[in-house]
Amino acid sequence: MKQFITFLKKEFAHVLRDRKTLLILFGMPIAQILIFGFALTNEVKNAKIVVVDYANDVSSQKLLRKLEASQYFEIEKTVLSAPEIENAFQAGVVKLALVIPSNFDANLAHDNHAQIQVIADASDPNTANTLTNYVSSIIVDYQQELTRSSGISYRILPETRMLYNPQLKGVYNFVPGVMALVLMLVCVMMTAVSIVREKELGTMEILLVSPFKPLMVVLSKAIPYLLLSLINVAIILLLSVFVLDLPIHGSLLLLFAESTLFIITCLTVGIFISVRTASQQVAMLISLMGMMLPTILFSGFMFPIENMPVALQIISNIVPAKWFYIIVKSIMIKGLGFAGIWKETLILAGITVFLLIVSLKTFKIRLA
Amino acid sequence: MEAVIKTEKLTKRFGDFIAANEITLEVYKGEIFGFLGANGAGKTTAMRMLCGLSKPSSGNASIAGFDVYKETEKIKKNIGYMSQKFSLYDDLTVVENIYFFGGIYGLSDDQLKRKSGELIKRLGLEQESSKLVGSLPLGWKQKLSFSVAVLHDPRIVFLDEPTGGVDPLTRRQFWNLIYEAAERGLTIFVTTHYMDEAEYCNRISIMVDGKVEALDSPTNLKSTFGVTSMDEVFYQLARGAKRGD
Repeated sequence: MKQFITFLKKEFAHVLRDRKTLLILFGMPIAQILIFGFALTNEVKNAKIVVVDYANDVSSQKLLRKLEASQYFEIEKTVLSAPEIENAFQAGVVKLALVIPSNFDANLAHDNHAQIQVIADASDPNTANTLTNYVSSIIVDYQQELTRSSGISYRILPETRMLYNPQLKGVYNFVPGVMALVLMLVCVMMTAVSIVREKELGTMEILLVSPFKPLMVVLSKAIPYLLLSLINVAIILLLSVFVLDLPIHGSLLLLFAESTLFIITCLTVGIFISVRTASQQVAMLISLMGMMLPTILFSGFMFPIENMPVALQIISNIVPAKWFYIIVKSIMIKGLGFAGIWKETLILAGITVFLLIVSLKTFKIRLA
Repeated sequence: MEAVIKTEKLTKRFGDFIAANEITLEVYKGEIFGFLGANGAGKTTAMRMLCGLSKPSSGNASIAGFDVYKETEKIKKNIGYMSQKFSLYDDLTVVENIYFFGGIYGLSDDQLKRKSGELIKRLGLEQESSKLVGSLPLGWKQKLSFSVAVLHDPRIVFLDEPTGGVDPLTRRQFWNLIYEAAERGLTIFVTTHYMDEAEYCNRISIMVDGKVEALDSPTNLKSTFGVTSMDEVFYQLARGAKRGD
């Protein structure tokens, strides 16, 4: 035990003295959260829209002029029928369509309320969300104007439809995504590199010749990164709560427990890579190409898995980040408890145990 | 004389390839034993078996009285090891390195304190004790590395090409350290490519294609082969080798 503590001290010294790596480790999640959080949800200006004006009366014209007067929209064209909207969307230029029913003016005048249909291309959920919010607020503005001038309270109901992606998935998806990405990077790459470094330097031989157990060598390498990663999780969560105003709906304890499980998965992958490679560069490349890419592609945080070909959907099931991503999303955004994520947890635990057994086996073979 | 390393037909096969072929030798207490051979002759394989890092395919060996098959843990406690890479951590200080390597051999705090003090004094590193090892010149690193390898008072120390890439003066100083250690009764098992260093050994063995082809004192070897230098002895033996790297 005392030997183990000696070893841990040394590992922490390695990690803490390598200032550049530390800076990257803690700077990366902060930078990613801020970039994803702000740069990618920027406001949209001069978005092109199409209008189907069945009414073509005084009120509808007023509303359209108001829309155009704002800097946010540019009426690309006015089409005559709903099917043409589809064509405009598929051409890709138009982001939003507005359908004003016939009798818009008459409805307003007689019933004091009318409806407008707002259709957004939600394949880009952030833009779609922003644009529909703009339209809604402009309509509310118009409605207040009407009320003020006439003294009668008018109600215009914008009925919003998100095409292609009705639940607007992707809005805050990047927080769980960045978490998966950062943990993958820290745990897999750093662990693999730090073990392989000992091989490269020749110190691994010394450690193997010593009475210190090889398994302990690997274990004490993993522990500092486990701690660093938990700190990273805390940083990401703090940023998302206090900077991005993304509340955590579920249990914080559960979130950390699941993160620990995923960190262990990643550490195991790192150990597995380190056992099979002999140089730091190779270890780094394999970690980057072999783990980062699948994480970005198949976790569902950048590209919706539902839209992938079936073969890729099946492949995505063996990517641990996918399950972790689902778990974090369920806890943070949907506020689910363990009952809602036990299946995913079980799968993740299964993958971890499998990897652990495989890497320990390979480790023993290499030693013999 | 007491044999601290004793091997009998020690063999290691990797599939069809026989890396070490029926090695039989004895190394005595306090001896400086040179283990020579061209690259690929099987030195490293043989040494790994003696250190308990790899299991022999056949044959017997006992290291410090312990069996290489069954008592590898005990062997590990009784040997020291230093490789050609001066295996210290550059990002730890001199003292931290000493404490770390002493610590993993299970030395107590008192022992560590006493021994590291002695070691630093002996090497004249008082000024540098809290500097990072990475900032030390190569010669000092190497001496420190050797001293760390014998910190836990092993009975045998294995040196794998300890003087690679070091200037002749520093090599000479390093060998003085080795002589001192041997006088204290430590057994030195050293591999080298430098024939002048072979001359410093009490006895040497020369491996060719996995077999020990010669084993004697440098003087006897030279007269057996009828030559005047170890270079020529080595050349005559290694010339017939079929394996290279």
